[in-house]
Amino acid sequence: MLMRMIRTVQLGLKSLLLHKLRSGLTMLGIVFGVFSVIAMLAIGEGASNQAQKQIVALGATNIIVRSIKPIEGSTQDASSGGSTRYGLLRSDLRRLQNTIPEVVSAVPIRELLREARHLKYTMQSRLVGCTPEYQDLNQLKIHKGRFLSDADRQTRANVVVLAHEVAKKLFPVEDPLDNQTIQVGDVFYSVIGVTEPRTASAAIGGSLSAQEFDKDLYIPIETFRSRIGDIVSTPKQAGMDTEHVELNQITLEVRDVKDVIRTAEVVRGTLEKFHPAKDFNVVVPLELLKQAEQLRQIFNVVLGSIAAISLVVGGIGIMNIMLATVTERTREIGIRRALGARRRDIIEQFLTETVVLSGSGGVLGIALGLATPLAFTLIRDFTLRFVLDGGDLSDTSKMFQEMQPVVAIWSLPLAFGISVGIGILFGLYPAQAAAKLDPIEALRHE
Amino acid sequence: MKLAAQVIDLQKHYDLGPVVVKALRGVSIDFPEGDFVAIMGSSGSGKSTLLNLLGGLDRPTLGKYILGGLDVSQMSDTQLSNVRNQRIGFIFQSYNLITQYTVLENIELPLHYRPGHPSVSAADRKRCEEMAIRVGLGQRMDHRPFQLSGGQQQRVAIARAMMNEPEIILADEATGNLDSVTSTEIMTLLRNLNDEGRTIIMVTHEPDIAMWAKRQIVMRDGVVFKEIKNEVRTTAPTAFAESSDKAFVEHELGNKPAGEGKH
Ligand SMILES: Nc1ncnc2c1ncn2[C@@H]1O[C@H](COP(=O)(O)OP(=O)(O)OP(=O)(O)O)[C@@H](O)[C@H]1O
Ligand SMILES: [Mg+2]
Repeated sequence: MLMRMIRTVQLGLKSLLLHKLRSGLTMLGIVFGVFSVIAMLAIGEGASNQAQKQIVALGATNIIVRSIKPIEGSTQDASSGGSTRYGLLRSDLRRLQNTIPEVVSAVPIRELLREARHLKYTMQSRLVGCTPEYQDLNQLKIHKGRFLSDADRQTRANVVVLAHEVAKKLFPVEDPLDNQTIQVGDVFYSVIGVTEPRTASAAIGGSLSAQEFDKDLYIPIETFRSRIGDIVSTPKQAGMDTEHVELNQITLEVRDVKDVIRTAEVVRGTLEKFHPAKDFNVVVPLELLKQAEQLRQIFNVVLGSIAAISLVVGGIGIMNIMLATVTERTREIGIRRALGARRRDIIEQFLTETVVLSGSGGVLGIALGLATPLAFTLIRDFTLRFVLDGGDLSDTSKMFQEMQPVVAIWSLPLAFGISVGIGILFGLYPAQAAAKLDPIEALRHE
Repeated sequence: MKLAAQVIDLQKHYDLGPVVVKALRGVSIDFPEGDFVAIMGSSGSGKSTLLNLLGGLDRPTLGKYILGGLDVSQMSDTQLSNVRNQRIGFIFQSYNLITQYTVLENIELPLHYRPGHPSVSAADRKRCEEMAIRVGLGQRMDHRPFQLSGGQQQRVAIARAMMNEPEIILADEATGNLDSVTSTEIMTLLRNLNDEGRTIIMVTHEPDIAMWAKRQIVMRDGVVFKEIKNEVRTTAPTAFAESSDKAFVEHELGNKPAGEGKH
C-alpha cells in the first residue's frame, strides 16, 4: 500500500517535471496563498503579542483611575484664583478603599514631569509620588538597593528610587547607591534603589499615553505632598499655568479577575457622584485585553479571507491546467485503460498529480512564510534607517519598532493541509473527467 | 476442442440520435485455443468494432461473449479492466506507447494494473528485460519511443502485450504502418507466439498478411460474409524471400521509408 503510494507520487512528480515551467507557474497561486496565510498570521500574532504584553503589564486584576484635566476654561475654579483644580481627591481614595469590598488595595499616585540633576548630568523624568505597593502593582524589579518602605512614608523621607534609564544617565560612572543624592527642583533626595528595565505598558488614555517606566523617579507620596504640594505652577507662553491636583491616579487591585468588570462599574458610579465634571477616567486592562483579543480575531478573519481568496484562485488555476493536461493526455489515458487500468487508477493518477502540484506549492509557500520574520525585520530596519531617517518616532511607531512577527507553529501543518486540500478539491473534477473517458475514443484521440 | 473465446449473435449499435448505426448485426464465431485468425473486410464492415468487443474495451448491445469460460458481455467496468489486464494483449496500428516512458517502462506498464495491485518486484523487472531481449530490443531498453523505428516500436508493443501472459492477442492492423520487411519480422514474432499456443486474432487489409493466419474471416456490413481456410500458410522463410524483393522495389520507388512508419 505504502509502496504503491510512493510510486504514484513518484509518477506524479515525474510527469510534473516534464513540464517544469508550466508546473511552476501553476504552483504560484498556491505558493502565494500559503505564504500569505503564514505571513499574515505571523504578523497578526506578533502585533497582538506586543499589544497583549503591554496590556498584561498593566495588570489583569487592576482598575486604573486617572485624573483628566478638563478642557481649558470649562471649569475654572474661581476660589483658587486662576488655578485649574481637577482630578481625584484623597477623599476619593479613602472612599473607594472603604466602601468597595472587592478592592484589596488602592495605590495613589502623584506625578509630574521634572528635570532630575546630578552634577552636570540632567534628565527629563517623571517624578512619581507613590507607596511601596506600587512596586508589586507594576511588576517592578529592583536591580540594586531597595524600593520605598512604609517607614519612608511615615518619616516623609527625602529618598528616591531611580528607574534603570535615569540611573544610567545621571550616574554614568559612579555607583548611584554610594551615598549619592540627586536634585529635583530645589530639593535633594538620597538614592536608595535602582529598578531593572521594564517594558512599557499600553497607552491608557488620560493625561499619559504609553507608560514608560524607564524614566521614572519614585518618591514616597507623603514626601511629594510636603515638598511639592498639590498646587503646581509651570511657566507658559502667557504667564503661569497653575494646577491644583491631589492625586493623578489611583490603581485599585481587585481580589478576583472575574469581579474586575463589575467592580469597575461600581467605581465609576461612586466617583461620578462626586465628580460631575467627569474629570477622571476609569481604565480596565482586562477590558483592553478582551478588546485586543477581539481585534485579533477580526484581523485573523480578514487576513484569512484574503489568503483564502488567493488559495481559491490558485486552485482554479490548477484545475484549469489539469483539465488541459487531461485533454492533452487523452491518448495516454486510453492506453492505460486498454492495459487494464480501472477508472479508480486513472482518478488516483491525476489526483496525485494535482496534489503533488499543490502540495509542492504549499511547501514552497511555507518556506517563504518561514522567512517572513526575517524579511519583516530587514524591511522595517531599512525603513527606519533610510526612509524615516532615524528621526523621532511617536509611541505608535515605537510599537512598530518593537514588534516581531511570530510564525505560529500550528499555521505550518494548517497551511500544508490547506494546500493538499485545495489539490484534492480542484483536482477531483479533472481526474473524474479523465476516468470517464471512453477507452476506445481515448485511444483514437490524436 | 476447448474454446478460447466465443461470440454468439453479437450486435453493436451506435445510437447517434436521428439514426442508429448497426456496426455489428449478429456475429457468431468460435475461437478455439491456439487459433490464428485474420479478420478481413472492407472499410466500415465492423472489424475494429468486433475486435474492441473481443478486447473488453466495450460491451455489446446484444448477444453474448464468452471468454475463457466467463461471460464478459455484462461485466462491470472494473471487471472488464481486470479481464483486459489478465487475459488480453493488445497490439495497435499506431503502437500506442507512452512517449515519455522508456522501452522498459512501457513493457512494465501492464504489471502496475494487475488485480490487487501487487508492487512490481525485481523478478518482474527481470522478466521485462527478458521480454525486451526476446523481441530483439536488448540494446534499446532505455530508449524512448521517438528514438525507435516503427518496427521497433511495434516490438515494444508486442512485448508489453505479452507481459501478463494473456490467452488472446488482438492486433488491429498491426502492420498497417510498416514496410513489408518489417511487417514480415513482426508477423514472424506473432507466428512464434501462436506456435507456443497463444490465440491470435488480427484485423488486416493486406491479403499477404492474412496468409500468415490459419484462417480468414471476411466481414461485410456487420456480419460474417465468409470464412476461408488458409491451406498454404506464409512462414518466415517464404515471406522473407518474397518481401526482400518487394522491399527493394519499395526502396527504389521511394514509396515508404524502410523500417519507418508514422500513423
Ligand atoms: N463510436 C462510434 N459511433 C458511431 N459509429 C461508429 C462508432 N464506431 C464505429 N462506428 C461505425 O461502425 C461501423 C464499423 O466501424 P469499424 O471501425 O468497426 O469499421 P472497420 O471495419 O474497422 O473499418 P476500417 O477498415 O476502416 O478500420 C462504421 O460504419 C462506423 O462508422
Ligand atoms: Mg478498423
